[in-house]
Amino acid sequence: MTAQREMISGDVTTGAAVAPVGRAPLDVEAVRRDFPILGRAVRGGNDLIYLDSGATSQKPRQVLDAERDYYTTRNAAPHRGAHLLGEEATDAYENSRARIAAFLHASPGEIVFTKSATESVNLVAYAMSNAATFGPEARRFAVGPGDEVLVTEAEHHANLVPWQQLCERTGATLRWFGVRPDGRLDLSNADELINSRTKLVAVTHQSNVTGVVPPVAEIAAAAHAHGALVVADGAQSVPHQPVDVTRLGADFLVFSGHKMLGPSGIGVLWARRELLEAMPPFITGGSMIEVVRMEGSTFLPPPARFEAGVPAAAQAVGLAAACDYLDALGMSNVAAHEEALTAHALKALSGMSGVRVLGPLDTDHRGGAVSFVVDGIHPHDVGQVLDELGIAVRTGHHCAWPLHRALGAQASTRATFYVYNSLDEVDALADGIRQAQEFFGGESAGAA
Amino acid sequence: MYQEIILEHYRRPLHAGLREPFDAQVQHVNPTCGDEVTLRVSLNGADGDPALADVSYEALGCSISQASASVMADMIIGKTVGEAMAISEEFLKLMQSRGEAEPDESVLGDAVAFEGVSKYPSRIKCALLGWMAWKDATARALGERAGTAVAAGHNGDREQS
Repeated sequence: MTAQREMISGDVTTGAAVAPVGRAPLDVEAVRRDFPILGRAVRGGNDLIYLDSGATSQKPRQVLDAERDYYTTRNAAPHRGAHLLGEEATDAYENSRARIAAFLHASPGEIVFTKSATESVNLVAYAMSNAATFGPEARRFAVGPGDEVLVTEAEHHANLVPWQQLCERTGATLRWFGVRPDGRLDLSNADELINSRTKLVAVTHQSNVTGVVPPVAEIAAAAHAHGALVVADGAQSVPHQPVDVTRLGADFLVFSGHKMLGPSGIGVLWARRELLEAMPPFITGGSMIEVVRMEGSTFLPPPARFEAGVPAAAQAVGLAAACDYLDALGMSNVAAHEEALTAHALKALSGMSGVRVLGPLDTDHRGGAVSFVVDGIHPHDVGQVLDELGIAVRTGHHCAWPLHRALGAQASTRATFYVYNSLDEVDALADGIRQAQEFFGGESAGAA
Repeated sequence: MYQEIILEHYRRPLHAGLREPFDAQVQHVNPTCGDEVTLRVSLNGADGDPALADVSYEALGCSISQASASVMADMIIGKTVGEAMAISEEFLKLMQSRGEAEPDESVLGDAVAFEGVSKYPSRIKCALLGWMAWKDATARALGERAGTAVAAGHNGDREQS
């Protein structure tokens, strides 16, 4: 494939709106004051150093206030009831949809609320398995024997297992891009892997382990040339870099609210409107129907067709407030801030003897997930020593077991950064790793 | 949490490596971190309460899971299944104690060193990985003896190979 780097949405290296040289892109101290939890002490009376935002982010007061305000002034079930609160709740819910659409340069009718990025992927996967029996318009989503679903070895389990299961249910074949030793996708056999049998390509927009930002637009262009649909997993990109769906290239984008300063229990599926209009529903029940008779039912147009049950309105309001918060900081500034932290961490960690960083050692097309292996010390033990110092990191395979296998690591320790993290906290991480080495070192330990 | 005795077993694990002969072999995995242990049990002696002729294992994991497997093997090899099961129950109780137990060193031996682990819920599974594998393997070995297919004891984290 030809390089189309300029097509890649949310290029973390452009930094168009970064503050003037010499000024940090974010005022971290001011940001930190918005996050009440950062004021608490943890083990040993230490200050909390939260380096696990890739798992879930902390929440600013503005998001918490927005949710509380919804519950205290407008709470009702949206799209039901003839009363004033019902109307206001409906407005709050639909305005949130519009706010989130604006955050992505999308239309409100292209935003489906789910409970998580995971559910969003499953929505598409189950819509595809329901397609065979949903009338002629849905046929384009049907897969079966002879068809191929293409994923990558770098995927989070949430963008892998649903596709494995789709293939098992339908008889389609799962294929995948491998990863290179530096964690980047091996696209050398793209011409063979993307072919006329390919019906869908699912690819991460930013790895939760290596931080790698694959060339989604380039992959999507090749997939579209063969009529395949493209799903981008934005769980780690939407919170951390500017994402514009009109430049992304993908047909579907999934992400979660809780990783981008929003509440838990809300996720988003963005899809091109004409696809949503032809797609069969996944979860069925109340508020997604048009007419229900005992003999059968018809369904509402999207996005309502995909939102059965009373929706998570307060969470939608909270997520809209998170979009306000992030846009006030400026997503380019957020990306630039994280790039500075990542560069600092990569420099510190790659210079330490006995520490191997999984993934690229530069910040080119790489976000702020820094996973690493410490020779002779299991990630659990590294994490435990860091925890004693007040540093919260993730340990294990981070729901990306095949990627760890491909990179020759049984498990790893992962630090992830966000708007409230500082360079000092990255230094504390490096110090903590040295302390773990001193504690377990001296003699050759038994663990890989 | 990291008692010297735990670090000792971690650095120089006892009875490690997979050995012949064996009556049953299991592989258990902790799905949250990918830690795994492959464990073999060899039984001999009386039909009523056979003895553990050998417990051999290969463990891939953190200091807690590896040290726990080492301590366990050292304690139970040579004991009868009944005696080992009693130790196992006592150890499980200790792990569920949230640091509130007064462990009986006469029963638990070196395993009392894991008392501190019980205060860290995320690490209890690490300490129990080897024990759960041993219980499963022993149930299978006994089932083989009885000539029946015995459903192994319940373990939420178990993943059979």
